Amino acid sequence: MAFIDIEDLEVTFEGSGRQVRALKGVSLAVGEEESFGIVGESGSGKSTVLRALCGLAPVTGGRISIAGEPVQAPRDAVFYRRVQMVFQDPYASLHPRHTVDRVLSEPLAIHGFDHAEDRVEQALEDVGLGSGFRFRYPHQLSGGQRQRVAIARALILEPKVILLDEPTSALDASIQAEVLNLLDRLRAERGLTYVLVSHDLAVVSHMCDRLVVMQGGEVVEQLTREALQAHATTEDYTRNLLTASEGFTRDPALQR
Amino acid sequence: MSIGASRQSLGEWLQSEQPASRRQARLGQAWRTWRLFTGNRLGMIGLAIVLLLVLVAIFADVIAPYDPLLGGDLRTMRLLPPSMDHLMGTDDLARDIFSRVVHGARLTLMVVALVAIIATPIGLLVGTVSGYFGGWVDTVLMRVTDIFLAFPRLILALAFVAALGPGIENAIIAIAITSWPPYARLARAETLTIRNAEHIDAIRLQGASSGRIIWGHVVPLCLSSVIIRVTLDMAGIILTAAGLGFLGLGAQPPQPEWGAMIAGGRRFIIDYWWVATMPGIAIFTVSLGFNLLGDGLRDVLDPKAGK
Repeated sequence: MAFIDIEDLEVTFEGSGRQVRALKGVSLAVGEEESFGIVGESGSGKSTVLRALCGLAPVTGGRISIAGEPVQAPRDAVFYRRVQMVFQDPYASLHPRHTVDRVLSEPLAIHGFDHAEDRVEQALEDVGLGSGFRFRYPHQLSGGQRQRVAIARALILEPKVILLDEPTSALDASIQAEVLNLLDRLRAERGLTYVLVSHDLAVVSHMCDRLVVMQGGEVVEQLTREALQAHATTEDYTRNLLTASEGFTRDPALQR
Repeated sequence: MSIGASRQSLGEWLQSEQPASRRQARLGQAWRTWRLFTGNRLGMIGLAIVLLLVLVAIFADVIAPYDPLLGGDLRTMRLLPPSMDHLMGTDDLARDIFSRVVHGARLTLMVVALVAIIATPIGLLVGTVSGYFGGWVDTVLMRVTDIFLAFPRLILALAFVAALGPGIENAIIAIAITSWPPYARLARAETLTIRNAEHIDAIRLQGASSGRIIWGHVVPLCLSSVIIRVTLDMAGIILTAAGLGFLGLGAQPPQPEWGAMIAGGRRFIIDYWWVATMPGIAIFTVSLGFNLLGDGLRDVLDPKAGK
């Protein structure tokens, strides 16, 4: 049994008399301590999978279970301690009026963790920010520093699973590599499970052991990293996606 | 670090890019906002007027040369024009108008402060709760808001006066009850733009309760625009209170309320202009002060006003 098991997941958004089926029966299985990628173009539903997983999108069908336990409809505190998320835009995901200290202390207060001071210091250390950053406001930080704070926030509850929603797409190329390396190191150190969503095939092939390609709310193809790098695809859509990404020059720092 | 900090000047400590404590970070932020505000000349004038009002209200007993309620000799001292003895002249009961205007500052400040204290939290609470939850909560709260918005202030004040007897307290309650709906709508509109922000999703994923999210994350972002709106509304509140006084529904004689003083001077405004004009100037100045202060605050606090 896989660590994260998603079966026939359906998400339907309703608004002003219109229904949009964002996910039409998606099934995924992610192993423990695996790094799993979801790629696809805009609107393919790849971010919706993550949002449905953590309860931010309305699930209308299917089953989700983590470590063999089915996930409850309003997520409970145990779930949040096990699964955390890093958002795409570090400029939007930090509260503009809260210091880094407040951002990191609040989850500890919610879940009643002890030694809050030490944990905050340690979390900043872990993501490569010194304690000099602790009492800064987000507007005093650069994009890469903000994303490090967001990663520290996700890690501070010591979760097993981190959902990464395009964690580097809002950052410029050199910072991207830094943040990806940081994520790689943290996974190796803590045995984390990653589910990474990206439209950037280079990022996914750098980070992930396995990946699925999504289109129009459905899984098109499942690949291993080796298959992706060898261009051993069976579906036309994946091939087109690969060809499209060849058009861009990749950052050499991302190449293995 | 502490040795280094003690050598720094206060300004450097406040502007430090690497604050060492929560207090320093907060004070530094306040200091930056204050510096931004001092650059706004009209805002500073407004602040000066409002501070002057506060000081005059506090020290009214010291500043006023005469008793505001007891007049002088009714045969010789009625309706005297402004002079060195009576800076703003005297009214028809031989009372010194300057002393009455100074003591009136207390009543005005009380009205403004109490209305702000009553109306702002109600508006914030209703608006943020309604905007955050949406759905039927939103519908119910907003219809209630609409109902309160439909009450005409003066008519409601009349009803209060009829029910509870005339007086400035009832006027304050009437004004407060009719002035919170705009704050609720403003807070709701702000909340609607905030509630789907990623940082709200993020704190929700940390397992925060709705109460914690509304109080700790939504309210601080709504607060600045509501404060600006309240400050700009102060002028309207003063004018409403003065209007109620003018109609005889607010402060009762012999209380030195500015609106009631204008009403008293209205009868002989042609021959003795100063009786109605002096409190009018006071109302005008204070209203202008609050408006300028509100505009200055908007420039500093409202992130959408641009820079």
